Formats: sequence, structure tokens, C-alpha cells
Amino acid sequence: MSDERLKIDVDRCTACGACVEACPFGALKLERVAAVDLLRCTLCGACVEVCPTDAISRTERAPVGVTGDSWRDVWVFVEIEGAHIHPVVWELLGEGRRLADALGERLCAVLLGNQVRGLADRLVAGGADRVLVVDRPTLACFQDEPFAAVLAELVNRHRPAILLCGATNVGRSLIPRVAILTGAGLTADCTALAIDPQTRHLLQTRPAFGGNILATIECPVARPQMATVRPKVMQPLAVDLARSGEVQVEEVAAAMLAARAMRIGYTPEASGTASIAEADIIVAGGRGMQKAENFQLLEKLAHVLGAGLGATRAVVDAGWMPYSRQIGQTGQTVCPRLYIACGISGQIQHLAGMSSSEIIVAINKDPEAPIFKTATYGIVGDAVSLVPMLTQAFLDA
Amino acid sequence: MHIIVCIKQVPDTADVKINPQTHTLVREGVRAIVNPFDLYAVEEALRLREKFGGRVTAISMGPPQAEQALREVLAMGVDEAKLLSDRAFAGSDTWATSYTLAMAIRRLGGAAVILFGKQAADGDTAQVGPGVAAHLDLPQITYVRRIVTVENGGDGTPPSSTMNVAPNTMPGAFLVAERMLENGFETVRTPLPCVLTVVREINDPRLPSLAGVLRARQAPVPRWGAQDLAAEPAKLGLDGSPTRVVRIFPPKSRMGGVMLEGSPATVVAALAQKLKDAGIESSRGGAAARRIGSAGD
Repeated sequence: MSDERLKIDVDRCTACGACVEACPFGALKLERVAAVDLLRCTLCGACVEVCPTDAISRTERAPVGVTGDSWRDVWVFVEIEGAHIHPVVWELLGEGRRLADALGERLCAVLLGNQVRGLADRLVAGGADRVLVVDRPTLACFQDEPFAAVLAELVNRHRPAILLCGATNVGRSLIPRVAILTGAGLTADCTALAIDPQTRHLLQTRPAFGGNILATIECPVARPQMATVRPKVMQPLAVDLARSGEVQVEEVAAAMLAARAMRIGYTPEASGTASIAEADIIVAGGRGMQKAENFQLLEKLAHVLGAGLGATRAVVDAGWMPYSRQIGQTGQTVCPRLYIACGISGQIQHLAGMSSSEIIVAINKDPEAPIFKTATYGIVGDAVSLVPMLTQAFLDA
Repeated sequence: MHIIVCIKQVPDTADVKINPQTHTLVREGVRAIVNPFDLYAVEEALRLREKFGGRVTAISMGPPQAEQALREVLAMGVDEAKLLSDRAFAGSDTWATSYTLAMAIRRLGGAAVILFGKQAADGDTAQVGPGVAAHLDLPQITYVRRIVTVENGGDGTPPSSTMNVAPNTMPGAFLVAERMLENGFETVRTPLPCVLTVVREINDPRLPSLAGVLRARQAPVPRWGAQDLAAEPAKLGLDGSPTRVVRIFPPKSRMGGVMLEGSPATVVAALAQKLKDAGIESSRGGAAARRIGSAGD
């Protein structure tokens, strides 16, 4: 095969098998020496690192085209709902500020909407050096196509090095389209971002395989380097009303604003508890709560703590809670300060949705429940009786 | 109506474990399954066919063993399957993957609705569905929890499986769907053809029937390679992938877990104290939980 991207030096290979074990994709096997299945190999380099005799090498692809030098600045897409700026934006500005400072470049917030010019000052106070605004009636609510077209146009016009966006339902629908339109690389759900001091590339770290591994990704040539970041992962800056920045209104051709898919209605979820996507505290229940009515106990605790209320897939499948509350691999991923898991066994698909919570409390009757391996504080007991006592303890405080 | 569903074969992440010595993934005994979200997409495609007539084609990009995943959905009732497999596709990130799928969809032709599951259980990016929509220049609705209406348009004649129109040219045809957002859902209307990505709530996938399984065993699963797609080589596989993985490593395991023991009253008091020490207090009326709002309030 003339273009072997992963090469195994058969003279150095001792057939120790370390690479076979290291490969997350099952691409290596031992015959007389190690052999790679190029169809499975993703060139992640895990094998290169573990080989004790340096028998494995990745051929580096020569960069094609112009590398990023003329692309500058860190951009943050500002997700809004009406006149409210989504909390993730402050976190992105905080992280964006750190990245821009590491690069010695500017942080720019990109705001698309209708009658939104007034929000620009707050974005400057939140860390932006510059705010680009496109203000048109047809951008009053988020729609994939016009937002993608306008954002792509601005990217091509101004050539930012980095574009950050919240990994919300909106962000995850919008940014992949922009990445295709601009030929950019996109990494989803980053949990860590950094600037490589030598290459000045953005190093993007994110979980994969349901959170079983972390991968660091870079985009060596294509620009901008795009990344989405989940809410509650990065730190915002302290608001500084004295910060100054420039606001620039951008004009775009009317043709760009055409939308084929149109919102024709919106139904808010009637709920007494906070949205789990943004909650600082989540109280969640599993089948161990025994029946639907017992979720009222969790709701009371959630009210007292100002928490969001979540559920496992088993509970949603049983019809005790709506799907919008489901946390886990086929539901939502959350990252609160405190996650109280009541009657939840801790299957890996559930953990995938909440394991990065700062403090995890688990209450379960089964001392062998897997959740106890992940919990910060574990109590073996019946959540149905313990939760009301916990609620009372907080009310008494 | 021609409905296309894109599926992916993924490792069963429930089986995936970390080797405690090397801290790498243990691959032996890990089953390959159809990506769980894709089953909802397949089921929805079958329901659309049941309602409107037509046919469902499933496609998958992957190594040769992905053929098994296509046979599983053939067993559910999908009419035809195509496997996109070629060395040239190896090393694809989501940009190259969505390009490759888009070229296959173009070659298949005539799709009214193109369905994806919300995301894949290994990459978890949710990028390929919208990426394909962008490559094909089609409208999209993501996070679909329910398809409310489909109107095939034209002069009211029922949709025909022999219809073969290019994207963007199905006059009068539209679809209305509910799209899940964090705090509720929006109702979106889109012309056809369109791309949809679906969430778990949309349906309960059927199990394959025995007849379906037997039929699927015999069914041909043609393989398409780069040549068959008239694809630009520079946009395929590694060369077509703007991103590359630099490193893979295990997450730091959570340390310092403590079991609280004693009578119910004791453990509850201990827990409450620990949480208060960490700054967790009762709020009045939910102020501690953040909602979409303006900063600095």
C-alpha cells in the first residue's frame, strides 16, 4: 500500500501486544508482528505512545494550503432567546478571553438577532474586545439556515482563527452547518481548550465512547478552528463594566436571510423546577424510587435547593417522567455543581450523562450499585425515606 | 416517497471497559451494534413508509463488518441497504463523513426525507446529520421528537415511489415536526426534501420479525466505494478531514468517594453538613438554579 499512514517497523516489533491493547478501535492485531487494519485505524496515536521499542510511527500529512497565519482572533457566537443571553455565552467569553490572551489576539462576540444592538455592551463587560452585530427582523428567532449563512459570511469576511459556540440544541444544530460551509474543522462538546505554545493551534479535548475516554483533537490547517462547549464547563469572567470594546454593525445580503424551515410555534415546558441543562444542582431519580408518586419527594427537595429535577432512562421509559428530564447517553448530558442520585444504580449510559458533576451524592439500597464507585458521598439506604429527611435538614438550616 | 436513513455501527458502550493497568479500552467481547439513536430514525422511516407508501433505503459508512448493522435494519423492514466502504474513507472525521454520505444520497436520488439519529454513541458529536444537510443544501430540523404532518404536495395524488426529483424541487411538499429545545419544544415547518435528526422520544423501535431476519440474511448489500460516488478524493478520508486526533487518554477517575454510615438520621445530618460546607444551601424559589437570562443580574 503506497500511502501507509501508520507504519510498523517489523525489525523493531517484538510482538509484545501492547499496541493491540492500547488501540481503542481494534485496528491492531498480532500476527508474526503487529499488523494494522487501515480501515479501522484513525491515526489517534495511542499505539505509538505505548510501543516500548518505538516500532510504530505515524506519517504526518503535509499541510495543504495556507496555514492559519492570516486568520486571527477568537470568536464567540452569542446564543440568545429574545433579549436574554444564554448563560453559556459568559462561560465562552471567559474561556475565549484566556485563549485570546494566550495568542495575543482579540476576543470578538458575534451577535445575530433583531433589535439586539443594546446587548453589545454587556458582551464587552463580559470580556469581549469587539462585538459584531447583524441586526435584522428575520433573525428574530434562531433558524438554522439563515444563521448558518450569515455566520459563514462573517467568518469568510473577517477570518477568525477560532470560533466557539455553546453545545446547546441551538449550537449543535448551527455550527456543523457553518463548518461545512466554511470548510472548517469542528470539535463538539469540548471539556478543555488550550493553545499549543509551539504551534499556536487550539488543542480541543472532549469525551468519547460515552465518556469512557478523552480525546485531544486539533485542526492543523483548516480555519477557523471551531469548537462547541457544554454549559457549565468553562468559567466566566467577572463582569467588568469599565471594560471598553468596539461594536461593529455588519450588513449582509438579504438573500442570506432566506429560511426554508420556519418556526410556527413554541411550547414551553410547564415545570416548577429549573431546566436541568443549566442547573447548578440536580436531584435525579431512578427506578429505586419505586413509583411515580415518589418523585414528588424529589421535587420537594429540588424546590428547597433550587435544583433541576432529572431522571434515568428507566424512569422515562416507565412513563414516570417526561423525556426532557432524561439524563444519560440517550438523554441530556449535565454538569452541575451537585448531583443527587436517588435510587439510581449507575449504569454506564447514565454515568455518561452526569459523571463530570462536581459533587455526586448517591442514595441506593444496594451496596454493590455501580454508582457508589463514582459518588463523592454514598449512602446505602432507601431514598424514599431518606430524601424527605434531607429536605427537612435543609429547611431547618 | 423515498426515505433514506443513515446508520452507523458502533461499539456497545455498555460493554466498553477500561483496562485497569494500561488505562485503555478493552475491545474483546465488545459487541458491535446499530447506534441506538439510529434505531429511532429507522423506525420513523418505516412509519413514514407505512403512511405514505414508497421505500426506505438505509446507508452506512464503515468497515466491511458494518454490513451486519445494515442487515439488522433490513430485518426491521427497510427495503434496501447500501454499504459505503473503501480504504479511501478511512480516517474520516465528521466533515469527510458527512461529505461521503451526502455524495451517496445524491447518487441514490429522489429522497424526500433523510433521517439520522441525533448522535453516535462512540463519537457523540451530533455533527453528521446537520453536516449532510449543509453539503446537500437542504433544510434541517434537529432534535425531532415528533413528526406532526407530512404533506407530499403536488396535485394531491399519493406519493409515488417512482418519483425521482432532485433536492430542492418538490413543490408544495412540506413536513411539520416538533423540535426539542432545552426548555420546551418548537414546531417547525419545512419544505421537502429535508434532513431530520431524531431523539429517543419519537417512537419505540419495532423488533425484527423472524421473517424479516431470514429475508435480511439473503438480501444483497451492495458496497459502494469512492469510485461509485463521483467524490472528490481530497474531500474523503484522512485528506478530507480538517480535524485529527492528537491523543487519547482515560479520564481521571474520581477520587475520594466516601460512604456515610450510621442511622438514617446520622447519615442525613452528615450529608447535609458536608453539602453546607461545600456551599450548598436551601434557596428560596429556585434562585440558585440558573435559567436563560441576562448576565450580571
